[in-house]
Amino acid sequence: MIRLVPRTDPSPWLAVISPVAAIVATVLAGALIFGLLGYDAAESLYHFFISPLSRIDRITDLVVKACPLMIIALGLVFCYRANIWNIGAEGQYIIGALAAGWLALSFPDATSPLLLVGMMAIALLAGAAWAAIAALCKTIFNANEILVTLMLSYVAALVMDVLVRGPLRDPMAFGFPLTPMYPDAGLISRMPLPGLGYIGQLHYGVLIAFALAPLAWWLLNRTLPGFQVKVMGSSPRAGRFAGFSQARTTIAVLLLSGALAGLAGMIEVSANIGQLQPNVSFGYGFTAIIVAFLARLNPVGVIFAGLLVAMAELGGDNAQIALGIPKVVTGLFKGILLFFLLAGATLQHYRIIWQPRLQQTQPSETSS
Amino acid sequence: MTALILTVLATSIPLLLAANGELIAERSGVLNLGVEGMMLMGAVAALGMVLYTGNPYTGIIAGALAGMAVSLIFAFFAVTLLTNQVATGLALTIFATGFSGLAGAPLVGKTSESLPRIIIPFLSDLPGVGEILFAQDLLFYLAFLIIAGTSWFLRKTRSGMILRAVGDNHDSAHALGYSVARVRWMAVAFGGLCAGMGGAYIPLVLTPHWSEGMTAGRGWIALALVVFASWMPSRVIIGALIFGGITIMQLAGQARGWAIPSQVLSMLPYLATIIALVLISMRGRSSYLTVPACIGKPFHPGS
Repeated sequence: MIRLVPRTDPSPWLAVISPVAAIVATVLAGALIFGLLGYDAAESLYHFFISPLSRIDRITDLVVKACPLMIIALGLVFCYRANIWNIGAEGQYIIGALAAGWLALSFPDATSPLLLVGMMAIALLAGAAWAAIAALCKTIFNANEILVTLMLSYVAALVMDVLVRGPLRDPMAFGFPLTPMYPDAGLISRMPLPGLGYIGQLHYGVLIAFALAPLAWWLLNRTLPGFQVKVMGSSPRAGRFAGFSQARTTIAVLLLSGALAGLAGMIEVSANIGQLQPNVSFGYGFTAIIVAFLARLNPVGVIFAGLLVAMAELGGDNAQIALGIPKVVTGLFKGILLFFLLAGATLQHYRIIWQPRLQQTQPSETSS
Repeated sequence: MTALILTVLATSIPLLLAANGELIAERSGVLNLGVEGMMLMGAVAALGMVLYTGNPYTGIIAGALAGMAVSLIFAFFAVTLLTNQVATGLALTIFATGFSGLAGAPLVGKTSESLPRIIIPFLSDLPGVGEILFAQDLLFYLAFLIIAGTSWFLRKTRSGMILRAVGDNHDSAHALGYSVARVRWMAVAFGGLCAGMGGAYIPLVLTPHWSEGMTAGRGWIALALVVFASWMPSRVIIGALIFGGITIMQLAGQARGWAIPSQVLSMLPYLATIIALVLISMRGRSSYLTVPACIGKPFHPGS
């Protein structure tokens, strides 16, 4: 039977190696699954993991795809560090996109860059407000935040749907559920690379994602609020003795992650879609959960994790086009990766020993 | 009216089964957020099996086994390797959503045979309740038997007491010589079995064809139902009926052309879940007596 023996000194070396090992194991498991399903394993893996890196425009697409994932995951890192389980970033993202879209569509003739600033502000507020519902349910009524945030995701998607098909619909859209295009001042423009010009869909929003990561690292590791988050997550009793408030921490991390998810929604729509439609998210809010874990809840790690998960997402598209592998396979990869990452965390704190039942001599070790 | 009650009952069966299974897992101290995934596995396995064999009863078995199979993955990680239960449950749902979508792709567009109704002689002739309670499909009767069995198991049997002990204080249970890990493995497996059957009910009775993610959040509502029922099997029935009723109200509203957008009605089950969670928590401390004290906490002997 498998027995876990605690390590006396959790190895820092394993902290780095275990996510890498998890990725390798996921790729191997993926190859096995493809093989079993009758696809060419090597070719499938090429489309998933090599072809997204094969051209410069594909690499920029990767960065664009990673942008919302990174921004959302940065907020989730704070939640999960505080042991608050916001799994409804999807809903906060949608509401953020919706609020920004409403503002943009209210000023169809705007030319001032202030519009974009206003859209960002309202997206941050709206995302935070949506998460605040869960924060209040949690702090006042002690209602489980996992379920409340998740249920609110379903509600948010329906709110978007009803508004895009109803009051916000473009009368000129021939009955399609689309809003009018945002005015140009409400769009995030594409970003040229020095010496290379405009490549792919690269836009200025990605700069926000890259700037937020070190900022989040600083907030979490170099400030008192960040310290409070970590203490309340790992040892709430000690935190209460130190005078930290559980309720205030809960509200703070939920508002922060909601705001960032809302911002991600605004950036994604303004940079890549330009109008609202019933589906603006494609599951970014859920995928970002894996990004946060792959980053080992470290804000700087989110950059790498975001790029890696975006690669698998784009790889899924490639594999679907090239080999007809259903897009849902990406979900399979994400699930397996998360399993292996979690096992890696165990490996860091315990040595895993295979021990036949017979060798159990001590009576106190019946649970194996 | 009878037809309406019948549809409400049918809608509540998947919730009933899944919530009952999760209740046992949680009573043993394990929070498995993979219910949605296990239900999807049950649904796709049931549909695939029925299309293959042509016999709807094989679907029940296939669904139950598929749900249990993936629940064992969860048990291996969360119980044996002591991984974070919340994240492991999410991983299970993400994994199973992908897996069921892949396995279900060849089934798209095919319609399976539904479970036949079993009309119990004499009882089904009872005025009023006869047709509602005694002219249903096998899985319907099974669901209520399982709930009754679970309730009896938890309250009256020694094994049920051990299960509760493990969920309430795993250190003491371990000190008394019970294997915490073994009890939790079995509880998780039972949860998977029930969720798989609940998932199987969807294609076998409600909508006899496959669509990706066809459980549509029922697994998550089942999780909320366990809280709603304050971890008591009998109360799961009340909760499931309320949610079944709300879902049907939404469909009935659409059919009768209420002046409310259909999306607003579709929000009702989710909003009702939130309101239910808030109301339960408002009942005060007394409702927390049944919360398994060790829920969500990994157990390592000697740590």
